[in-house]
Amino acid sequence: MKAPIDRRYAETHEWFLQDDDIVTLGITQFAADELTDITYVELPEVGRKVSVGDAVGEVESVKATSEIFTSVAGVIVEANVALADHPELINDDAFEEGWIAKIKVESPEALRSLMTAKEYSTFLRG
Amino acid sequence: MTETLLRTPLYDSHVQFGARMVEFAGWEMPVQFRGIVEEHVHTRTACAVFDVSHMGRLKLTGPDCEPFLDWICTRNLRDAEVGRSYYSHICREDGGILDDVIVSRFEDRWGVVCNASNREKIIEWLRSHLGGRNVEIADETRSTAMVACQGPRTLELAREIAGTDLSGMKRYHFTVRPLGTVSIAIYRCGYTGEDGVEVVLPAGLTALLIPKLLGTPESPHPVICPAGLGARDTLRIEAAMPLYGHELSEDWDSLSAGQGWCVDLDKEFIGAEAMRKVQAAGVPRRLVGLELDGRRIARQHARVFFGGSPVGEITSGTLSPTLGMSIAMAFVPAEHATPGGAVEVEIGGKLIPATVVKLPFYKRPQSR
Repeated sequence: MKAPIDRRYAETHEWFLQDDDIVTLGITQFAADELTDITYVELPEVGRKVSVGDAVGEVESVKATSEIFTSVAGVIVEANVALADHPELINDDAFEEGWIAKIKVESPEALRSLMTAKEYSTFLRG
Repeated sequence: MTETLLRTPLYDSHVQFGARMVEFAGWEMPVQFRGIVEEHVHTRTACAVFDVSHMGRLKLTGPDCEPFLDWICTRNLRDAEVGRSYYSHICREDGGILDDVIVSRFEDRWGVVCNASNREKIIEWLRSHLGGRNVEIADETRSTAMVACQGPRTLELAREIAGTDLSGMKRYHFTVRPLGTVSIAIYRCGYTGEDGVEVVLPAGLTALLIPKLLGTPESPHPVICPAGLGARDTLRIEAAMPLYGHELSEDWDSLSAGQGWCVDLDKEFIGAEAMRKVQAAGVPRRLVGLELDGRRIARQHARVFFGGSPVGEITSGTLSPTLGMSIAMAFVPAEHATPGGAVEVEIGGKLIPATVVKLPFYKRPQSR
């Protein structure tokens, strides 16, 4: 399972990509594949303040419903509205087109405690 | 749990065709190959092959099979014809549904196909209710395979691949074809709402059959594709076919599960007395279809509301690939079962508006 090395990963299968004070959040391709065809995404509200461990949305597939958790604290500044009509973007391209939300963070080292791509790959094999 | 999962004779084929395998009722089964929705649509438009070898296949022999099965089953089997299959329930004395099964009458034996999750329970139930009748029960689940070919092009492809014309065989009929020293049973049955067949064959013959149906991963059959349990579930929901553990359980009798059509209260069977009482008192609930607003899926046990009060419970739901909307089955009291009625379904803490509709959600076009 390939995981891009430019970002960090949580055990709950979200990815976090930091660009200055904006962290983009999505779910991994592994999680998308596990869920099978995604049919609905509950997006977080822009402007909402979130803490580490908060559920910021939900992804639903024909098989299951799964919550999306944030591993960074901050304020939601953007949600991927394209997912409202095309939730399958997550299955097709979980790491790029299928991003879920952008969070403005205060800490420049917000991702430090999260897994690297290599660690996440090992975690998946575990 | 370190329990070893059972594998069907098609296991290697599944892996070769890129299946994602999951645990299901103690078996390692493919949930999907290329995608649930894709496999679903393929079944509705062409032909898909499902491995259903995990289902229990029991062989009953002996002179007392007919009276025995008629006593065990809700369906009247006294007039059962050779070459026909009958959907039935097996219930406890109090009417609680132990399983739903397909009973088939062969010339020299009877076949019972039961759910994988209930196989051991049903074998035990049959053996303990023989009451001295002369019936032998053999479990052929592991020595055979069962493959469902489903979709509007199935019969055309059967002609092409096997040179066999099945168009004269009606639904819920079957035929036995000798093949050397063994035989293959072909049933015009299915669990998808499409036309199609289910084939039971000796486990060792799957290595011959599968390449004929699917080709190889490098050179797949141009029309037939493998499909997994995921698509099987969304297909059966559209066709409103009940699934044990969802619409059916030991907690309710067949009438209260909305399956009274497979119950003959004019005969004696285990559970008949209890169901006559249910009938006399009035069946307390109805199985209905719901079409929900939006794209969210109502899951099993989600509550159905009317006027702010809970009145029922969802049994199965999905986003229907054929209809493009969120559909679900639910049990509600009779007063809320009228098609066109408005209710609400609780999903993620919100109440989603839904409309009661007639079942099934999908019916295949006739005469094609």
